Order: sequence, then C-alpha cells, then structure tokens
Amino acid sequence: MNMMSEAAVEKALDQKMNAVPFKMIGKDVSVYYGEKRALFDVNLNVRENTVTALIGPSGCGKSTFLRTLNRMNDTIDNCRVMGKITLDEDDIYDPSIDVVELRARVGMVFQKPNPFPKSIYENVSYGPKIHGLARSKADFDQIVEQSLQKAGLWNEVKDRLHEPGTGLSGGQQQRLCIARAVAVSPEVILMDEPCSALDPIATAKVEELIHELRTNFTIVIVTHSMQQAARVSQRTAMFHLGNLVEENDTDKMFTNPDDQRTQDYIMGRFG
Amino acid sequence: MTEIVSSSSPAFVRPTAARRDIGIKRRYAAERRFRAYGMAAIVIGLFFLFVLLWTVISNGYTAFQQTTITLPIEFAEKVIDPKNERAANPSKLMTANYPLLVRDALVKALGIDPKNRAEVKKATEMVSASARMQLRDIVIANPSVIGTTVNVSLLAEGNIDSANKGQIDLAVEESKRKVSDQKIGWMKTLTDSGAMTKEFNTGIFTFGASSRPEAAGIGVAALGSLYMMLIVLALALPIGVAASIYLEEFAPKNRLTDLIEVNINNLAAVPSIVYGLLGLSIFINFAGMPRSAALVGGLVLTLMTLPTIIIATRAALKAVPPSIRSAALGLGASKMQTIFHHVLPLAMPGVLTGTIIGLAHALGETAPLLLIGMVAFVVDYPGSPMEPSTALPVQIYMWANEAERAFVERTSGAIIILLIFLVVMNLGAILLRRRFERRW
Repeated sequence: MNMMSEAAVEKALDQKMNAVPFKMIGKDVSVYYGEKRALFDVNLNVRENTVTALIGPSGCGKSTFLRTLNRMNDTIDNCRVMGKITLDEDDIYDPSIDVVELRARVGMVFQKPNPFPKSIYENVSYGPKIHGLARSKADFDQIVEQSLQKAGLWNEVKDRLHEPGTGLSGGQQQRLCIARAVAVSPEVILMDEPCSALDPIATAKVEELIHELRTNFTIVIVTHSMQQAARVSQRTAMFHLGNLVEENDTDKMFTNPDDQRTQDYIMGRFG
Repeated sequence: MTEIVSSSSPAFVRPTAARRDIGIKRRYAAERRFRAYGMAAIVIGLFFLFVLLWTVISNGYTAFQQTTITLPIEFAEKVIDPKNERAANPSKLMTANYPLLVRDALVKALGIDPKNRAEVKKATEMVSASARMQLRDIVIANPSVIGTTVNVSLLAEGNIDSANKGQIDLAVEESKRKVSDQKIGWMKTLTDSGAMTKEFNTGIFTFGASSRPEAAGIGVAALGSLYMMLIVLALALPIGVAASIYLEEFAPKNRLTDLIEVNINNLAAVPSIVYGLLGLSIFINFAGMPRSAALVGGLVLTLMTLPTIIIATRAALKAVPPSIRSAALGLGASKMQTIFHHVLPLAMPGVLTGTIIGLAHALGETAPLLLIGMVAFVVDYPGSPMEPSTALPVQIYMWANEAERAFVERTSGAIIILLIFLVVMNLGAILLRRRFERRW
C-alpha cells in the first residue's frame, strides 16, 4: 500500500501521461496460430520512457501481443500476424525491415532466466559483438561494465566476470539477462513475466531496476501480479480472451477502472 | 480402489488399516519382482559378456606369442653369390638360394646326416617358408654380412608353433597328427639347446595376409581400416551434421520432411549388406572406382554411418533448451548465429558421441565390404586408399575360414585387437562427452 501511494505521488509529478509521445503503435493487431485466433484486433500504443504493464488471466493473449512487438512470433511455425505495428513510424512487419535489426532495437527478457552457458562477460558482450557495436577489448569492457551497472549487478559480479553466468542465483541470472538486453542499447525492452521464477527479494530488486531503466528505455512488461503492475507501471493494459479490455493510467486502472471486467479481475473475482 | 468405494458405502467410514496394507504389500511385491527381473537380466547379460571375453581371450592370448628358432646362419658367399656378380647385378641377391642357408644351419644344429635327403627335407619343414624372405631382406639391407655367420631368429612353421604351445594333442596316433614324433624329438633338441624359444609376436601387428599362419598379420588390414575410418570421418561428420541442422532448424515441417525423417530412421535399420550392394552398383559399376579399394569401402561405410550420425545429432540439437534459442534470437542474432554460436556447441557432446559410436560401428562392419571386393588377399601395405586393401573384421573373417590350428588363435587374437580398438573409441567418446558437457 505504501509503495502504491509513492507511485501515485510520482505519477502526479509526471504531468499528464497523455502528453507523452507514442513509441510503438499497434493497430488492429490479430494473431492466428494455425486456425486458432489468439488476438482480436488489438489497438494498443506504447508510450516512450514509460512502463506499460500487460495484465490478464492466463491464455488471454498478453504474451502473444508482447511477442509481436519484436517479431519473436516469427519463430513459431504457422503463426500469422495481421494488422500494423510501428516503431517510430517504421512498420515492423514491412518486408524492408530486417528482423535482426528490429530485435536490436526491441530487446527482450524472458520468463525464466536464460543466460547462455558461458561466462558473465561473454553473456553481456555477445549482443554488442554480433551487432558490431564495439571493436576493441576496451570498448567491450566498457559496454560490459556499463550494462552490468545499469542492471545493478556490477558490484556483485565484478570480481568474477569470467565465471559462468549459469552459476549465479536466479535473481542475479535474471538481472544478467537484463544487462544482456541493455548491452545492445535497445529503444524498447520487452519483459515476459520477468519475476515469475524469482523469490520476493530478487523480485524487489528487479522491480527497482525496471523503475530505473525507465529513464532510458521504453518498457513493456507482462505480469501476473497485480501488485507488481501497480508498483512498476505507469500505464496498464488488460487483456481478456484475446481482446484488449481496457488500457489506462495505472492508478486509474487500479482505483476506478472503466470496464467491469477489469474491476472483477483486479478484485480477484476471476482469472 | 473399486472395492473400497463399493464396500465403504456408509458415509465417512475409514478403510481399515488391514485393508490398506494388502494393497501396499502387493505394490511392494510387484516392485521387488520387477527389480529381480532387472537384476536377472543384467546377470544374464554379464554372464554372456564374460563367456564371450573368456572364449576370445583364452583362445587368442597365445596369438601374441610366436615360436622362433634361432640358428647361426652362415651367409656363405658360394651359396648366395657363387660367381661374385652382385656388384654388377644386385638383383642376383633377390634370387639367391636362401633356403639352402636355412637347411644347412638346421642340419648342423640337429646333427642330421646331410646325405639323408628325406630327413633333411622333413627338418627344413620345421622352419617357416617365409624364412627365405627374412634372410633375403637381411642380405639386401646389408650385403656385407655375406661371408659371415650371424644368429638369426627364424619363425617356426605354424604346426611346430602350435605344438610348442602345447596345442597339439600328442596322445593322438602319430599318422593322424600334424607333427610327427621325429619332429617332436627335434623340437626338444632345439629347445634344450636354447635355439627354440617363444617370443612376443610383433608380426601379428605388422604382417599382411599370408597362407602361412606364422607369417600372417593384421598390419595391412589395420591400415585399410584406418583409411576407411578417415574417409568416413571426413565425409559422414560434416554431411551428417549439416543435414541434421538443416532438418532440425531450417526445414519447414511438412509431408516431405516427415517422409525424409521416416526414411532416415529406416535407413539406420537397413541391413548393412544392402549398403554393400549399393556401393557395388554405384561406386564400382557406375562410377568405375577400383575394386577392393579403401576409398570405396570408406564411401559405403559413410552411407551406412550417416543415419546414425544424423539421428544422434538431431537428438542432441533437440535436447538444447529452447530458452537458449529464444535468448539469442531475442538479442538479434540471426538463425545461423544462434545455431553456430549457441545451439551447436551445446549439442557437441551428443554429436561427438554419435559420431564415434557410428565410427566404431563402421570399424566392425564386414558384410558390405565383402561385396565390394575387400575380401582380398593383400600382402603389401596399400600406399593410398585407391590401392587394394582389406579391413580388420574382413581379415578376421578370412582367418576364421582357415583350417590350421595356428589360424584359430590368430583369429581370436585379431578379435582381441579389434575389441581393444572399439573400447578405446568408446572411451574416447565418453571422455569427449565429459570434456564438452556444460550445465545450464
């Protein structure tokens, strides 16, 4: 409750949310897995330097929507995406857009921490390496240090950068994955239930981190935890059965939602 | 379950403790029975393994010993080069009468009257006919030995060797025996004088094919097998890995790829002799490659090994957690980068194990090689994979068809060598697996 009021105060200082420009615009987004339709004409916009939380019961399409934003759905056979999604005016499903470049601009953090079975250093430097963001060892060292600092992991791992990333604790692994995503300097970071495999202390650390990352990145986060959505996000979108039910400022959403279904879900009447 | 439901129709009656025990006892008994079956299966397996090893080793260990007769050979100039023309015509040394040198030395050692031709002939039978080559090689390597007397260890003839190892039953009537009483007496004389000894048989590792067991070895066959293994490794590994990566990671999942997958799985079960027929018709009859060449053998074994490698590699690729792929793709790695930087290194232990198991399988394969003419009597080392050669298991197969007692032990000896190769390869697979294994 305390957290919530703090967040509310902060958002009051944020001036009007509506003045913030859109970073990504989703227009009439529909997704099919073979014959099955998973998303129905979703119109959802993501504001710059804002944390947007996607909530809703399991199977409601929130993860599917998240994965359309960096075209991770491309890797699933028989998945089709209709509609239009733009990133700074660029249609990301346009044939002229290279998916590799898109994913460098829209990074992703997954549900389960999935560091590469390599050293911490290699985990972070891999992205910059394949995108040619650095040439010399010193450049890489700098990127690795900065990224780990942004992920709040530097002090914990600076003496063991060359030990395997898989040897860290779960929460550290997830922050390593965030550092890895941050290292390629994306514009948007997508997070698919990043705390669902973590204990409350590690969760608190990651949430704090999301809060800090907001100054540099646009963040979209899928979460099952209402409290988490309330704590970390400024905007919240509620999905149900493949439809976008409501999208609103987070404090309005959790105090006075426009839609009855949102009210019911937040109160725990279904889901 | 049903009993409890039907008998406990009055509400909230707890099943009695006794009734519950019956089920539990039965379940434990079933578990114990299953364990007993499992242990019995393992004991039976171990028993047969033990019998196999015991048979092979007890028959074969004597193959690593060879009876030799050390005689002072007088390299007499009047026998080797009576007209002293070796300076002008070195080929004279090739055709000199070396058996005479052996005969003279043996007659002297046994104290036989040189005029008694029948006895002299019998005595010379005790030394391997390959002795002439042995002496010839000594003289050609160093012509200055002519005119001197040198102690030379000559191979004993196969039956003498067997008799010396106690493998010929002396209780059998003399006329039905391979070694006469007279020869037994001579053997005793030679043994007592220290001329006849048993030595470590290096020949079995270095010699080629021979109809005389004492001069037969697996050297040539092993070189043929080595050529084939190199060809299989050089072809099957890259082709197999490339095919698996394509099928597993890139190919669309449709009827065609399903059909290919089913076919690959079936190919792994095709009898190997069919691959021999395929090699015969394609590589030899159609492509016109030489018969009995290690090259053709290698190609046939490559075809045979490919399904094994592909199946193992695909399984290894499948076992890499999808989260690693998502992580790399999410960072903006291309599919190719994802596979070569992350997936393949993680699959490597499985790929290597599959490859080595496939190679070991190919090393022991005989049937397809019979059809492409590798059942050949090859005396000389093949200089290249294009030259006629034979293979280890084929050599074993050919020796197994020979009648002499000395070949029986050599067959088992060669099997021991082949088994050692296989064990070493499998150990290599285990070590590589350990070396590359990573946790995630």
